[in-house]
Amino acid sequence: MQNVVIKTDKLTKKFGDFTATDAITFEVYEGEIFGFLGANGAGKTTAMRMLCGLSTPTSGEATIAGFDIYKDTEKIKANIGYMSQKFSLYEDLTVIENIRFFGGVYGLSDQEIKEKSDHLIDLLGLKEESKKLVGSLPLGWKQKLAFSVAIIHDPKIVFLDEPTGGVDPVTRRQFWDLIYEASNRGITIFVTTHYMDEAEYCNRISMMVDGEMKALDTPTNLKKTYNAASMDEVFFELARGAKRQAD
Amino acid sequence: MVTLENISKTYNEGALTAVDKVSFEVKKGELFGLIGPDGAGKTSIFRMLTTVLLPDGGNASVNGLDVVTGYKEIRKQVGYMPGKFSLYQDLTVEENLNFFATLFNTTVKENYDLIKEIYVQIEPFKTRKAGKLSGGMKQKLALCCALIHRPTVLFLDEPTTGVDTVSRKEFWDMLKRLKVQGITILVSTPYMDEATLCERIALIQSGKIMSIDTPAAIIKAYPEPLFAVKSEKMSVLLQDLRKQESVKSCFAFGEYHHLTFQENSPEVQPSLRKNLEKLGHAAIELKEITPTIEDCFIQLMNH
Repeated sequence: MQNVVIKTDKLTKKFGDFTATDAITFEVYEGEIFGFLGANGAGKTTAMRMLCGLSTPTSGEATIAGFDIYKDTEKIKANIGYMSQKFSLYEDLTVIENIRFFGGVYGLSDQEIKEKSDHLIDLLGLKEESKKLVGSLPLGWKQKLAFSVAIIHDPKIVFLDEPTGGVDPVTRRQFWDLIYEASNRGITIFVTTHYMDEAEYCNRISMMVDGEMKALDTPTNLKKTYNAASMDEVFFELARGAKRQAD
Repeated sequence: MVTLENISKTYNEGALTAVDKVSFEVKKGELFGLIGPDGAGKTSIFRMLTTVLLPDGGNASVNGLDVVTGYKEIRKQVGYMPGKFSLYQDLTVEENLNFFATLFNTTVKENYDLIKEIYVQIEPFKTRKAGKLSGGMKQKLALCCALIHRPTVLFLDEPTTGVDTVSRKEFWDMLKRLKVQGITILVSTPYMDEATLCERIALIQSGKIMSIDTPAAIIKAYPEPLFAVKSEKMSVLLQDLRKQESVKSCFAFGEYHHLTFQENSPEVQPSLRKNLEKLGHAAIELKEITPTIEDCFIQLMNH
């Protein structure tokens, strides 16, 4: 059987009388590319913060890479990677400084950091740029570097929060090549996106609406279930019933 | 209505060229889209046209007024919704709208008919502070504030970025209705699928315009037959296709991979199919398709 790396049971987060994430129950398998979709305000960010060990749930259970979401938050953090479009690298540090910094944060030894940074710079073809400030790199390179840094410690799971927003169509596809590579190495990918063509690249897709997980299946099955020609139509069908508008 | 002639903008004392001799024209009453990724130069173009940034070279005019010498007059005539939410977060919805109306020497009442359709959707929250609104509502309020002085030209810089599919559709419906009122609209977006909602578009990358035309004409100009292919193992299929001698280009495109052939002879399709079967692919689907704007963008980027 497939190994389960994320398991939640009625995971809930309330802010006062507002239920941001409402009793979501699901499993994610090892090496899977798991798409986490939903309208603005559907509760995706709140759920992700809980899964990363950054926010304590109000009720429900969850284990991430085998660690309890209430008791083992530090162990969860050590076993996951995280990258978002908004924040991923320090623009005023060089490429090599960023790699060293995040390697250190993720607890790698000096020797490991040295090996990893040589390997990464080689892999990404950034030899010429290794001493340049990250802020001066084109966005596409930044995103690829950010992803590589997020998995520098070979985590069990990497959380990607809209990693390709605003990126050009060619770079966006190169980014997905990196995602596939990581997935083939057994790293589980938990990804949010606004691009519906990218939803097709996921093994399974979940759809959040008003704090609840309204659907979870493969893209092919979702299209069948909702009698839709594209994932865009599936999304529209599910999200247009949403009552919430919050972000 | 809006004219750009070889407009350029550099930063860091010339080290970075953000906009590189860009020329195009937006006609009166037109809905014109500037389509390109982050860093393409879209925002710099908007800021020069709205007179908040000086060009380093070239000329541009709005309503016949030069963007450098006629800036005072231009500011009265245009509406500008920047990509970054720029209203007063600690003022309420109502206060923001009144503030912008007053700035332009007018009242909300005087121009209410223009914003009514949009404003009624946020009116239930008129006493809420702008900073406490959801993304979709902020976007609607920002559009109302940009319209409140009845501009003749509207500049919308990435109004739908980070907004979900449902709100994006609603926003484009609003734009179509504004167009009916005769307002000239220049809108930018990184979402290629929104290009077809504009009358004419400019595809922009690294500060340069790659193509300007109607979406239909840009699609028609795609230089070769384009095919969609899928099988049961999409990730492996992509790698296998790239190794085929007959395949010129191949990239993932949602449910399918899109590909072009080196040569388009009648045998090329059946022989590819045969090769893929030999490699163990099952349920192969291969068909010629009409390109999308995103296909055109990728093709132009690679040339």
